[in-house]
Amino acid sequence: MTRTLVVIGNGMVGHHLVRTLTERGGDWHVVVLAEEPRPAYDRVALSSYVDGWDADRLSLPPVNVETRLGDKVVEIDRAARKVVTSEGFVQDYDALVLATGSYPFVPPVPGHDRANCFVYRTIEDLDAIRAHGGGNGVVIGGGLLGLEAANALRLMGIRPQVVELAPRLMPLQVDEGGGALLRREILRLGLDVHCGVSVAGVEDDRVVLSDGSELPADIVVFSAGVRPRDDLARRFGLEVGERGGIIVDDGCRTSDESIYAIGECACVGGRVYGLVAPGYAMAEVVADRLLGGDKNFPGADTSTKLKLLGVDVASFGDAHAASPGALEVVHNDPVSGSYKKIVVSDDAQTLLGGVLVGDASAYATLRAFVGRPLPADPGSLIAPAAATNTALPDDAQVCSCHGVTKAAIVTAIGTGCADVPSLKACTKAGTGCGSCVPTLKQLLTSCGVEQSKALCEHFPQSRAELFEIIRATGIRTFSRLVDEHGSGAGCDLCKPAVASILASLNSGHVLEGEQAALQDTNDHFLANLQRNGTYSVVPRIPGGEITPQKLMVIAEVAQDFGLYTKITGGQRIDLFGATVDQLPLIWRRLVDAGFESGHAYGKALRTVKSCVGSTWCRYGVQDSVGLAIELELRYRGLRSPHKLKAGVSGCARECAEARGKDFGVIATELGWNLYVGGNGGFTPRHAELLVSDVDTETLIRTIDRFLMFYVRTADRLQRTAAWIEAMEGGLDHLRDVIVHDSLGIAADLEAAMRAHVRDYADEWRGVLEDPVKLARFSSFVNAPGVPDPTISFREERGQRVPVQLGIPEVMAR
Amino acid sequence: MTAVQERTWTTVCRYTDLLPGRGVAALLPGGEQVAVFRTGDGLHVLSNHDPFSCAAVLSRGIVGDRGGVPVVVSPVYKQAFELATGRCLDDTGVAVATYPVEVWDGYVRVGSP
Repeated sequence: MTRTLVVIGNGMVGHHLVRTLTERGGDWHVVVLAEEPRPAYDRVALSSYVDGWDADRLSLPPVNVETRLGDKVVEIDRAARKVVTSEGFVQDYDALVLATGSYPFVPPVPGHDRANCFVYRTIEDLDAIRAHGGGNGVVIGGGLLGLEAANALRLMGIRPQVVELAPRLMPLQVDEGGGALLRREILRLGLDVHCGVSVAGVEDDRVVLSDGSELPADIVVFSAGVRPRDDLARRFGLEVGERGGIIVDDGCRTSDESIYAIGECACVGGRVYGLVAPGYAMAEVVADRLLGGDKNFPGADTSTKLKLLGVDVASFGDAHAASPGALEVVHNDPVSGSYKKIVVSDDAQTLLGGVLVGDASAYATLRAFVGRPLPADPGSLIAPAAATNTALPDDAQVCSCHGVTKAAIVTAIGTGCADVPSLKACTKAGTGCGSCVPTLKQLLTSCGVEQSKALCEHFPQSRAELFEIIRATGIRTFSRLVDEHGSGAGCDLCKPAVASILASLNSGHVLEGEQAALQDTNDHFLANLQRNGTYSVVPRIPGGEITPQKLMVIAEVAQDFGLYTKITGGQRIDLFGATVDQLPLIWRRLVDAGFESGHAYGKALRTVKSCVGSTWCRYGVQDSVGLAIELELRYRGLRSPHKLKAGVSGCARECAEARGKDFGVIATELGWNLYVGGNGGFTPRHAELLVSDVDTETLIRTIDRFLMFYVRTADRLQRTAAWIEAMEGGLDHLRDVIVHDSLGIAADLEAAMRAHVRDYADEWRGVLEDPVKLARFSSFVNAPGVPDPTISFREERGQRVPVQLGIPEVMAR
Repeated sequence: MTAVQERTWTTVCRYTDLLPGRGVAALLPGGEQVAVFRTGDGLHVLSNHDPFSCAAVLSRGIVGDRGGVPVVVSPVYKQAFELATGRCLDDTGVAVATYPVEVWDGYVRVGSP
């Protein structure tokens, strides 16, 4: 017989319960009653909502159960087993689950309810903060959520200061030493932090602190902790804990045996957990119980590793050394910005917990050893460059997000997984927070899987290493490079890669001297090879802006040479069907009319696509065409590890599709947002926010650094998206390097880009002016001007297209 | 009595017209297209016809070596062909024709196969 389960609350934990239960089957009719107006979403990732304001990106997988949104439950009739909502909807139940979560605690200081006061918990809260806006902000609470809120304000263009009652930031997760380092690192970002002080009152334009000082504040965000939402339980007679939370047993059952409570509203074993993982664990316990099982709440691992404002913070196990007799071993290096502490048992034999700030690379390994005998002397575990490949026990959890053990990973490696992406696909390890990726690499290495970075059989170096060799040694020929640093005669992998590096280092025309022999056919003929052996021609049309006169020149050239004409996705015009001997004739006319190479054939900047912008558009807030042209002219001819595409949109409507580009710029009321690492193609990917609301000068400086860093360090044929993904530390590390100059190379990168801009010259003009280069554009060395007899055309929709060259003798694979 | 087959030689260009490590296309009297390569170990001539794409483009491929074997790589779908024999290294059983070649008084001459 079908029984009815009513779930009150549609947050992450309630959603997880419903999903788990429906996935496992069972004959429960599930009804979800939610006060919130929208389907359940990923509240843990709330801060990312600021990047794009797209709520859909926080969506959780949909579940197919009866759900009433925006209708709060106001009454539980335990005797009759039914609930009543504010709209008068009545629902019977056989089992009831309270998953009502928590609410932000707002200290009752004078002025806490003013119009400039907000909390930070839901999408609606963020929308309200954004709608209010302001120049100066104060975040009250320096815990995990408070620091996330401060970062969100920063991304909205508001200058935040943080006020924390405790003597240090993140008092729950880190100790005094870690908090001090965290504070120093955050101050360095220009955020003011006030610890050990409370708020005395809020006024319209300022916050008054308990020490009498005042902070300017157009907007105030309270994130001073959360409280369980146990009001329904209290009103209808369920037991609640002394400090709140609905008391449940190990099976998550309340004092009423047909009512359960899970997540942040529940108090299990005397504790209320404010993290999602324990909530999920409770949801799984209840799903099991509803299906007749006897699972118990296993206790929760409250280990955390996260990056706050660019600073790594991790805490695990008994971080505060609360166990009797626990000993603390600390390594504190304020110079390199690293604080590490491990907590061990009184006999120094067992690892109990720890805190890592600044450098949390040892987190994955150390956390796996909690409760186990120490694998090495405690001091050496946290010493700089500690040997973290200390053999883990087989049953140690490497990926705590998906509960993958070392044994499972080693098995996967044994069945053929030879790199991190295949391990991710095979075991799910590393696909959650990603903190275990370094451990995955170590396990691959310790299993004897070579992680080759060699460019090809001729060079053992990676592309980035070759770039540095060429840059540092001044070697400018392939023959010398392969003699001194490689072996053999080269191949179709290393030759174009070296040609590209030479071009990136401003080594003159790409067809000059020995360089010409290194180029792929497209670069050799400065045009794009098509399937019948002809080429296509793309003149540069910066920003997609073109005069009618120039458009007519393109039309005349196309007509005179019988070229198939197509508009590209990058807002320019592609002319197909030119033979090699026609290319210089075509370009003579184009160059004379003021066109130059569009580099459609090169691993180089292609186009900077733009929408029409504020000049014409009723909605545009900035001149997107003007900026697109400026960027395209600045970076034209820049050779890179792979093609580079860009876009500029004049407002948030994003008509230029800039976030599908390697770098995309979107206008804001205050300036420009810069997104990086997007692409279309086989694996489409949206670019991610690098900096926001910057002026044009800062924007260009940032793009200069970004592009040069990419040109120098990416692998051969690695687009920016894959480059950022493969980077240790990912986007945050990239931002550190590009925006905060953490490697001290920003000036060098900018100088390299200045040299590129200074030395740029149109490649096609260079060919037309040099008889030696020009002579290579002939169909046959002994019969120049005789057309290739295999090329023929037919007509389709009024244009010439290639005649299929017969059935290939062998099929290309 | 032995039949002597007359070999036809076609002069295609000066040796110095050839860029080391690169090919050019030449047209033989019968209308055949060949690809002439100048490499560190001398001259090689293959058919210009790429059997995978059917386009006449092998002369435009990148020249190098694979495991020490001198090759040209088709610019269309990137299969490697051994310069000395025309054998395709990526698909055993596939080969392109090779042609005799010599330098005569500073000029490159290609013979009929």
